[in-house]
Amino acid sequence: MGTDLAGFLGNLAGGGMLLAEEQEGVDFFIHELMPLTFLGDGVYLTTTHVCTLLVVLTIMIFAVVARIKLNKAKEIPDGFQNFLELVVETLDNFVHSTMGKIGSKYVNYIGALFIFIFLSNISGLFGLRPPTADYGTTLSLALISFVLIQYCNVKNNKFGVVTSLFQPLPFLFPINLIGEFATPLSLSLRLFGNVMAGTVLLALYYGLLPWLVKLGIPAFLHGYFDLFSGAIQAYVFSMLTMVFITQKVEE
Amino acid sequence: MSNITNEGLILACSAIGTGLAMIAGLGPGIGQGIAAGHAAGAVGRNPGAKGQVTSTMLVGQAVAETTGLYSLVIALILMFGNPFISAFKKL
Repeated sequence: MGTDLAGFLGNLAGGGMLLAEEQEGVDFFIHELMPLTFLGDGVYLTTTHVCTLLVVLTIMIFAVVARIKLNKAKEIPDGFQNFLELVVETLDNFVHSTMGKIGSKYVNYIGALFIFIFLSNISGLFGLRPPTADYGTTLSLALISFVLIQYCNVKNNKFGVVTSLFQPLPFLFPINLIGEFATPLSLSLRLFGNVMAGTVLLALYYGLLPWLVKLGIPAFLHGYFDLFSGAIQAYVFSMLTMVFITQKVEE
Repeated sequence: MSNITNEGLILACSAIGTGLAMIAGLGPGIGQGIAAGHAAGAVGRNPGAKGQVTSTMLVGQAVAETTGLYSLVIALILMFGNPFISAFKKL
């Protein structure tokens, strides 16, 4: 049962019990594109990997172009430089307004997190399957955040990390411990659930309805599920990471 | 009734379970509605703080949504990665 659950969460392709895979046109599963061998185990190059690589490639090309443009930066910005300054300033303000004066250390991480999740979520607009609709991606992101949060905790509270687990009353220790470890789980499941729900709904809409209602109306669905929901979830993920870090630092 | 296979029974019960799991969608709906209502009231009293009120409301709603999303994940597992079928096949 454990392996089944892990198999499902890692790869939705295997199941297809009620809505069989031979159902025409409905397609939101992760496909196994290319078999590979890794340390003696058979693994697959899946849709998620390809889409993640495309998203990362977009960010990298953008970064390289920005670097080249900024080599001849002007005193009075114009066009592209204006846009870059707007993005950097928005992210800076976003982090500083939430974290206060400790913010400047974490701007890089939070900014990278926000841009990656946002571009992943809206990649559904360009016909990709959003990488964040795979539990593997969101769990990795949440674990990275969790490690950073706990690093801040240990660095700032030293031995207080252990004593704070027994805080109000000693017998609350198990509940406190579960509360600590529920952080990555709830962070990852929130992102995964939202993006997956949008992906499933759009796939069902495209797959099961007559062609007449597919004219124009999906634009609004894409606007809500990909743009609005994606932006909100990217915002919430980075916001919660910042709130947890600030909590740990100020304890 | 006698020609229902074991797999069919498991699938039917899983479908009912999927529907029951999504009843949890009630809670986040009510919670988000309350949050949005209070935010609307706050903006009405103090229109200058609209930006801050909106961002606070969105974060609160996203956190309130979590329980509903847990039930969604359960429903997705029952629909597309049914663990009971595979447990039955191993018997």
